[in-house]
Amino acid sequence: MCGIAGIIHRGKSTNVGGEMQKMLQSLKHRGPDSTGYALYGPEGSQNYILRFKVGENVGEGSSSIMEDSSFYDFRKEEVNKKIIEAGGKILKQEQITPYSFRYVISCDDDLLDLAKKIETVEMTEILSLGKSLELIKDLGDAKVVADKYSLNNFMGTHAIGHTRMATESGVDIRSAHPYWAYPFSDVSVVHNGQLTNYWNNRRALERKGMRFISSCDSELIAVYLANKIRDGYGLEDSMQSSLIDLDGVFTYMVATQDKLGMAKDHMAAKPMVLFESDELVLLASEEVAIRSLLPHEIDTYDPYEGEVKVWQA
Amino acid sequence: MASIIKSDHKSYGMGLHDEVLTGRTQQTSFNSEEAENFFYHDAFKVDFNKRTLIDVQKLNCIELNKKIKDLMKRGYGTIVLKNPGAKHSLGVGILQKLNLIVEGSLGYFGVGSIDGPVVRISGRVGWSCAENMMSGKVVVEKNAGSCFGAAIRGGDLICKGNVGARSGIDMKGGTIIIGGDAGAFTGFMMQRGRIIICGDVGPNLGDSLYDGTIFVGGDIKSLGADAVEAEITDLDIQWLKRKLKVAEINKKIDFKKMTKIVSGKKLWNYDNLEPSERKGAI
Repeated sequence: MCGIAGIIHRGKSTNVGGEMQKMLQSLKHRGPDSTGYALYGPEGSQNYILRFKVGENVGEGSSSIMEDSSFYDFRKEEVNKKIIEAGGKILKQEQITPYSFRYVISCDDDLLDLAKKIETVEMTEILSLGKSLELIKDLGDAKVVADKYSLNNFMGTHAIGHTRMATESGVDIRSAHPYWAYPFSDVSVVHNGQLTNYWNNRRALERKGMRFISSCDSELIAVYLANKIRDGYGLEDSMQSSLIDLDGVFTYMVATQDKLGMAKDHMAAKPMVLFESDELVLLASEEVAIRSLLPHEIDTYDPYEGEVKVWQA
Repeated sequence: MASIIKSDHKSYGMGLHDEVLTGRTQQTSFNSEEAENFFYHDAFKVDFNKRTLIDVQKLNCIELNKKIKDLMKRGYGTIVLKNPGAKHSLGVGILQKLNLIVEGSLGYFGVGSIDGPVVRISGRVGWSCAENMMSGKVVVEKNAGSCFGAAIRGGDLICKGNVGARSGIDMKGGTIIIGGDAGAFTGFMMQRGRIIICGDVGPNLGDSLYDGTIFVGGDIKSLGADAVEAEITDLDIQWLKRKLKVAEINKKIDFKKMTKIVSGKKLWNYDNLEPSERKGAI
C-alpha cells in the first residue's frame, strides 16, 4: 500500500510545495517509509535544474550502505567535472543534505549524454533534470522531507507526490518515488500497485538502451513512458498503451512541464479519488488528502477502470 | 417486527427464492418467526425524536464511534454528524435502530458492519461503504467509491450517483440500488440478493456470480464468467418500480428495456456439505 497525490492549477502558480506537503502528510498511514515530491515551478528559464544525490540514506531492508560523508565531497567534485566535460556550465549550486544537491546549469538539449556522464560517478543518481521539474525524495514522512528540503513555500503550477510503504524493495532513496523518466526533461511518475510483468518489460527496455537505477517496479512505468515518448508518441497515447503492455494492478500519475495525467488499470484494483474544477484538479489515493486542501463539501468521484486522463496547467 | 409470511409472498413468484441455500447452517441458525432474532441483547432503547449533533472535525474514528454508542445508551435515536471530512471508518458497528444523518462525505469503510440503522449521507462515500451490512437502510446522495456494499447480507444500500468497481462483491443478501453508472466487476462472486443499476455498467458484470439478480437500465460493457441474461417479468417490473420509489430515484426508466442478469450456474458449486464435511471428503 502506498499513497499518491497530484495537484494542478490551471493557469496560475501557487504554493504547490506547501499544498503537496499537506496532501501527502494526510496519506502518511498509507506509507511511512519514504516521501517524494515532483514539483513543477513556473516555466520561462532556458537553464536546467539538476537534482542529484551522491550517496544513500539507508533504511530497513536496503542493500545500500551508509557511507562516510567525506565521500560525498569528492563525488560532487567529480560530478562538476562531468558537467563541464559534457559542455555544460554550472550557474548555481546548493548542497541540501550531505548527499543531495540542487544545481542550476546551462547545457544543450541532448540530456542523455550529460546524464550518462554524470551517472558514471560512483553512487551518483540524477533525481531530476528539467526546466521546471524539481524532484525531491528521502526517508520519512511528508513533513520531515518538506522541512529538510525547504519545500513548504515552493511556488509552481503542479505537482505529484508519493508516500511509500516498502514492499517490493528496501527502504532507501533510490527505491522511493517519484521517478524521473530518464533522460527526458521534466517527466516524472508516481505509482501505487504492483506490476507483474516487470522483468519481461525491463529486459525489453534494457535491450533498447533504457537505464534502470533500482529494482522497484514503479520505475518501469517511468522508463516505459520515456521510451514511448522517445519513439514519438504523445503523453496520452503512451499512457493508453501502458494499460495494454503493463500487467498487474496499478494506478499511476505522470507529470510533464505543463501537464498532469493519471491512468488506472483494467481491474481498477487500486484507489484514486478525483476532484475537478475550472481552476484546480486534485487527485489522491484517498479523499482525506483532497480534504486537507478543500475542507468544505465538494463533489469527488473515482475514475473508472482503464481510464486515462490528462490535464493542462 | 412483523413476521415474514412465506407462502403467498410475491418474491416466490419472481423466482427470487430459487436461490435458497441448502447447507445445514443455513437451515438451523436463523428462524425469522422468532422475534428475539431481530434484536441484539445489548441494544439500547432509543427515541427517534431525541436528536443530537456531533462535530467530527476534531475526532478520530474510534472517538466518534464510541461517542455514537454513548449517545445511543442515553436514548438518542437521531444523531447528526457534522464535518465528517471523508474520514475513514465512521459510524461502524451500529447493531440497532438509529437514525444517523451524515452532513458531508465519508472515507473508506464508512458505516460498515451495521445491523439496523437508517443512514443518510449527504456527500460521497469512499471504498467499501456499508461492508457486511446485515439490515437497515443507507442512502448516499452523491457518488461512491469501489466495493460499495461488499459482502452485505441484508438491507437496502442506495447510491444516487455513480459507483466505482466491484459493487456488491461477495454479496449475500439485501439490495443495492445505484442511480448512476457502475464500474467493472459489479456483482463479482455475488451469492444472493439484488443489484439495480439505473445507468451503464463496466466490464465483467456479475463475474462468477453464484446466485442473485442484477438489473441494468443502461448499457453493459461485458458480462463476466457465468453471468447470463434472463427474461424480465411483470413481477420484476413491479418490484423495481417499488424499490426505486422507496430509494427516491426519480430517473425516467423504461423498465421493460432493463436487462436482467442471473447466474448460468455452470460454475455453481454449492452443495449440502459443511466445511468440515467437505474437508473430510477431500
